[in-house]
Amino acid sequence: MNPKRKQRLIIVSFLVIGVSATVGLIMTALSNNVNHFYNPTEVVQGAAPIDKSIRVGGMVVDGSVNRDGKSLAVAFTVTDYNNNVNVKYTGILPDLFREGQGIVATGKLDAQGVFQAEEVLAKHDEKYMPPQVQRALDKAQDAAPAQTY
Amino acid sequence: MWEAFKQWFHRWGSPKWFYERSLVWSFWLGWGAMILLPIGIVWGLAFAPQDYQQGNSFRIIYLHVPAAILAQSCYMIMAVAGFVSLVWRMKMADVVLKCAAPIGASFCFLALFTGAVWGKPTWGTWWEWDARLTAMLILLFLYFGVIALEAAIEDKITAGRAAAVLSLVGVVNIPIIKYSVEWWRTLHQPATFKLTEKPDMPVEMWAPLLVMVIGVYCFFGYSLFLRSRNEIIERERRTLWVRELLAKEGKV
Repeated sequence: MNPKRKQRLIIVSFLVIGVSATVGLIMTALSNNVNHFYNPTEVVQGAAPIDKSIRVGGMVVDGSVNRDGKSLAVAFTVTDYNNNVNVKYTGILPDLFREGQGIVATGKLDAQGVFQAEEVLAKHDEKYMPPQVQRALDKAQDAAPAQTY
Repeated sequence: MWEAFKQWFHRWGSPKWFYERSLVWSFWLGWGAMILLPIGIVWGLAFAPQDYQQGNSFRIIYLHVPAAILAQSCYMIMAVAGFVSLVWRMKMADVVLKCAAPIGASFCFLALFTGAVWGKPTWGTWWEWDARLTAMLILLFLYFGVIALEAAIEDKITAGRAAAVLSLVGVVNIPIIKYSVEWWRTLHQPATFKLTEKPDMPVEMWAPLLVMVIGVYCFFGYSLFLRSRNEIIERERRTLWVRELLAKEGKV
């Protein structure tokens, strides 16, 4: 390689390394702000501000969804499998909202530690399955305890 | 071995060689795209099974994922071309960089658009400022930046150099897009397909997706070669070989 190209190679490499390092440092510094939502553990530990518009995300606890029969009000609990946060919401839930699924809610944390949501989004996971497979899995799960008798 | 590689590398730098060879390549890639894309689309949209939770709306994956993969690969190709252009001052690298940018931008837009259309029924929103979505939007703006630089600077060498620097600097965004769903908490789900693990998807669902991804790459190669051939003719119009070529085809 001739010396001129070598020199340019070094300069360009430094440019790339320099920019990567800068962006890397900025990203590390901002890492908390880049997170899209607080998880229940942070809320319970008091890391999430009270009475400010924030997002909280987690899994909807099985059997925790309580719908008000007369209005659109609904209460449920989200978990990160370590801590739980109670959420209250009035409005239409997304189609994929169900127990055991992830959600991200926007709203305010009140003084009692209940999250008053203004918007609830379903967080989808990376698993895909045909419905027949899911039915077969459910069946196998239902059948499994019977075998122990 | 090293000598052979060097020779191969320098041959790519010759516009004339590239022009002569690329006709055959673009022909086969064009046919590949024309066969694979309709098969993938019809298979994915009509014959692949529904998802157990999302029903039919998951089928947008057959457009969204190939478009997003291509938008990122295209930018990496541009960064490599930019690197070659800056270090070796190779004309062909400038040509490829310039011609790839609008294709990549289109696919990036398609990925964002299909993602929004899917997000509405699935998440309940068209757009959220989470890390993955924002990084992908930045990629679109980087593409716009490269296109704007190429269009704004009249001198081709200066324009090529400016676009090369932007492509190289912007490439840090690619790992951020890729790992955003692992480094931070995002609304966007993590990748279903990983190189090291089995995908969380049965074969009858991912087979059409694979067809689409290969088809989209074929289409990308086809249009990149076609656009590059045009660009070569325009840039080299004063050289003897282009004038002879045009005279032979009776176009001048």
